[in-house]
Amino acid sequence: VTRRTLEKLVMECLLGIAGRDFVVFASDCTAAHSIIVVKDNKNKMVRLDDRLVLLISGEPGDTTSFGEFIQKNVQLYKIRNGYSLSPHAAASFTRQNLAKALREGPYTVDMLIGGYDEHDGASLYYLDYLGTMAKVPYTAHGYASYMTLSIMDKNYKEGLSETEAVDMIRMCIAEVQKRLIINLPKFNIHVVDREGVRTIDDEKMET
Amino acid sequence: MSALEYNGSAIVAMMGHECVAIASDKRLGRQAQTLSCDFQKIFQMSDRLFLGLPGLGTDVETVSNRLRFRLNLYKLRENREMKPRTFLNMVSSFLYSHRFGPYFVEPIVAGLEPTTSEPFIASMDLIGCPMITSDFVVGGTASEQLYGMCETLWRPDLEPDDLFEIIAQSLLNAQDRDALSGWGGVVYIVEKDKVTIRHLKARMD
Repeated sequence: VTRRTLEKLVMECLLGIAGRDFVVFASDCTAAHSIIVVKDNKNKMVRLDDRLVLLISGEPGDTTSFGEFIQKNVQLYKIRNGYSLSPHAAASFTRQNLAKALREGPYTVDMLIGGYDEHDGASLYYLDYLGTMAKVPYTAHGYASYMTLSIMDKNYKEGLSETEAVDMIRMCIAEVQKRLIINLPKFNIHVVDREGVRTIDDEKMET
Repeated sequence: MSALEYNGSAIVAMMGHECVAIASDKRLGRQAQTLSCDFQKIFQMSDRLFLGLPGLGTDVETVSNRLRFRLNLYKLRENREMKPRTFLNMVSSFLYSHRFGPYFVEPIVAGLEPTTSEPFIASMDLIGCPMITSDFVVGGTASEQLYGMCETLWRPDLEPDDLFEIIAQSLLNAQDRDALSGWGGVVYIVEKDKVTIRHLKARMD
């Protein structure tokens, strides 16, 4: 993994906050190639299952290819066995594939996996290109993490409501748009809970 | 930065009177940035056998899973618990088999013999060179700090309660002097009849 490919990881912003029975995600919509913005409405969210979401950023080909690979395998498990993979199992499966690929042909992707499970409630997993996996209450990827993690540290509390979480995400996005030199004008906000996955449409997010 | 110092860790194991203790910090970081303060680095391989894995986070997970798999197969085939010394050799040969593309972990093994309940601790480098000691073993980015603390505080034949105090203080004070480790601590006291897990209240910085 060269330095140039690693740099692609930090330019994009992925955010996630998990409550007791929901997870709020935000991802920027910019796809850039060096100094050019190639696409400004890219969806970095992959719907793995009804209540399971993957946010993926990094090397362009790897994101699509690996994201689809994980999605298809999660669906295959469901078809074969008749029930879905839990968020933890899906995250572990993803991690194992990243770790295996690391020493052969690494996927330069950073990811967040989160979902709702009847057993464990909502859970959020941080995954990086090395295959490091950590279950976290909230997290961020990229340069944006320098600005947003401390906001989340201050405002997060156990059992926070969905509205509070979405407000916190908006606070984080505002900070990123103000202080990060890279222009990230548009963000997608998604929520995963017992009902499924939905997108929060927000005029305010476009600058 | 070296792969061994990328995520940060502090792990220590100590010998006591008919018991062992193994303790670790809980930080997972991406160099200077902290990502999680709940990262597991000590894994219970068997009833009274523990493996501490300082080093690169992804390899901590991979190595613990692979070794657990091999240990479980052994248990199914042999129908008995694996001795700590045997486990040490298994970890050692597993790591050496990746001599020219190693896993970036420096394992610490701590446990009690299944039949005699004799305490056992050992550590290894990333390519599997084993070192068995009769006092304490340390690993991770805070290893030098841990050596200083352990050398000062440890004495032979500590009872479980005293051993807990000594290992906890060794860990806490060593990790406070290391930027890449800390953010909490967990101590496992392994005795013949029980295992006690205690989480430490530490400086969260």
